Amino acid sequence: MTIRFNDETFRDDYSFRNSATAIRRFPFPFDKDDYMYSVNMEPHGTGGRAGSVFEKRFDVDEHYVAEMRDRAITLAGDPLRCQSLPHMELAGWDLLELIMQCKAEDYPDLFQLHRDGDRWHWINRPLGIEQRFTFLDPTTLPCGPMEYITRQAQGDFAVLDQRENNLWMDAGMVTSQADWSLDFDIGMNFFEWHAPVPKAAEMGIFQRALKFLLAIPQGAPSRRLNWTMTVNPRLDTSPENYHLWGPEKRTITPENVGAKQYLRVELQSFWRLPRSNALAFPIRCYLIALEDLVTVPKWARRLHRVIRDLPDELAEYKGFAVNRPIIIDYLAQFDDGKPTSPGIFPDD
Amino acid sequence: MRATEFSPSIPSRPVYGGLHPHGALPSLMLAEGAGGEALADLAQADPSVMRHAHLFYVPAGAATGPDLAVRLRALGPASYVEGPSYAALRPRFARALADAHMGTRLYLAGSEGLIGQAMAEALAAGLPLEAIDAEHRGGFARRVQCVHCKGITENVATDPFTCSHCGLNLFVRDHYSRRIGAFQGVCVDAETPGIVPEPQEIKP
Ligand code: HEM
Repeated sequence: MTIRFNDETFRDDYSFRNSATAIRRFPFPFDKDDYMYSVNMEPHGTGGRAGSVFEKRFDVDEHYVAEMRDRAITLAGDPLRCQSLPHMELAGWDLLELIMQCKAEDYPDLFQLHRDGDRWHWINRPLGIEQRFTFLDPTTLPCGPMEYITRQAQGDFAVLDQRENNLWMDAGMVTSQADWSLDFDIGMNFFEWHAPVPKAAEMGIFQRALKFLLAIPQGAPSRRLNWTMTVNPRLDTSPENYHLWGPEKRTITPENVGAKQYLRVELQSFWRLPRSNALAFPIRCYLIALEDLVTVPKWARRLHRVIRDLPDELAEYKGFAVNRPIIIDYLAQFDDGKPTSPGIFPDD
Repeated sequence: MRATEFSPSIPSRPVYGGLHPHGALPSLMLAEGAGGEALADLAQADPSVMRHAHLFYVPAGAATGPDLAVRLRALGPASYVEGPSYAALRPRFARALADAHMGTRLYLAGSEGLIGQAMAEALAAGLPLEAIDAEHRGGFARRVQCVHCKGITENVATDPFTCSHCGLNLFVRDHYSRRIGAFQGVCVDAETPGIVPEPQEIKP
C-alpha cells in the first residue's frame, strides 16, 4: 500500500487534515469510560494489528513529509530543541541504526538501507534524501547522528542515559511536545523531569514505571499511550513559544469547538539501544479534530464520559480546564448513554 | 538566623540539607552574605574542616557587615578569597574547581541563586553531587530562567515578575534545573495578554 503524503501545515493557516483512513486508524487512548494515570505499558514491535498505528515499529503516515517540514521550521527558529550531551553520541548512532533498519524493513518501498561493513547507503524516498556515510564517523554526516535521523522520523525523541539506577534525559529532539522544555529538562533524572505531574508520584506510578524501564532488554520494546487536548492542529505547543500560541487556546466557542479542538495522543515507545545501553523514547504525536473523532460512535460516547468525569487536577495540568465545559457540551450530543465495548478500537 | 525550612514542593525543587563537617578533607567553601554564618557554625562544630579549606566569600548584601568577613578569615582556612559578587568571584572559584583533586568536598551557603550557580559550575566541572553540602541562608529571592528568551533574572522576589531580558510577565514555577541553576519562568498572560495578576512576595 502506498501512502499519499499530505501537503499541509501545523501553524499559521493550519491546513492539516486527517483522511478517512487516518481517522479510522487513530490511536484512541481510552480502553474504558474513565481515565486515571496508571503504568499502562504493553509490548511493542512487529506484528501489531494490521492497518493500525501499532502495525509497524515506527509508524509512517500521510503526515510524514509535512511533519518533517514543520520540525525544520521549528529548529530553524530555536536550535535548542535538539540537544545531545557529549557522552550521548554513541547512543545517537544506536538510534540512527534502529530507525534506519526498522524503516527499511517495514517500508521497503519508501526507505532503503544498504550496508557494506561500516559504509552505509541510506535512501529516503518521501523526503528525497540519499546519503552515503561511514557508520560511527560523525564527519560523514551533515549533523550529529541523532539530529540527522530524527529530522527524518515523525515524533519527538528523548534519549535516556542509564546510570545509578535511574534514567537521565541527556539527549533529545523535541519540536512537537505537550508543553515541556527539553532545554530546561536536559540532564534531569526520571523523577526530576516528571516533577510537575500531579497525583502520579503519590500513586507510586513513577517508582514502578522506572523499575520497568530500567529492565527493558534489547529486542523487546514496550509502549504506552498518553493524551492531552490541543486547540488547532499545532505540533509546536512548546513552553518556549507559549506566548505565541497561548491566545489561540481562548478562541474556542460552541460553534467552532468540533473543528478547532483536537485530541492529541502520544504513542510512546521504549527501546534498549545495543552499544550505549541507553533507552530511546520516541513520542509520536497524533492529532484528531473532535468533529472527526465523533464519526466513530464508540469513541464519541467514551470521550464524553472520560472528559466529563476527569479529576480537575488532570484537566488543569493538561491545560484544557478553561475549555472543558464547551467540550463536554459538544460531546454530550453524541452520547446516548449506551454501553461501550472494551478496548480502544472501533466496533465495526 | 537558621537554615531555611522550605514548604513541601515538587521533586525537582531542591532542598538543602545543610552543612555537615566531613573532617579535615581538602575542600572548597563558598558563601555569600549571611551564608558566612553557616560556615562559621560549621567550623565551630568541627574546627578541623578549615585546615584544608579554600574559602571564597561574597560579603555583598549582608546585613552582617564586615565583621563576618573578619570572623571567617580568623577561622584559619588554607586560603581566603573575597569578591564583591559571585559573578566577580566566579573565575577564581572555577579555577579552584578545575584544580580540585578527587575526594574534594564543596560547602555552599547563601541565597538559592548563589547555591544554584555555584552548584551548576561544580557539577559541570565534574564534582559529584554527593560531594556537595549546601545550606540556604538569607532571603527567598529566586534565580529564574525565562523559558521563552532563555535569559536569567537574578533575585526575583515576586511572582509574577518582569523578565529583565525580554520584558514578558513571568510566573515562577517550582520546576528547577540543576544544570542551569534556576527555576523556570513562564509567561503568565500568554492566553490573555495584558491580564497580569497582582505580584505576590515569594515565600520559602
Ligand atoms: C523514559 C521515558 C520517559 C520520558 C522521557 C518521559 C517524559 C515526560 C515528560 C517530559 C513529561 C512532562 C512533564 C512536565 O509537565 O513537564 C511527562 C509526563 C508524564 N509522564 Fe512521562 N516520560 C517517560 C516515561 C513515562 C512512563 C513509563 C510513564 C508511566 C506511567 C510516564 C508517565 C507520565 C505521566 C502520567 C505524565 C503526565 C502526562 C499528562 O497528564 O499529560 N512517563 N513525561
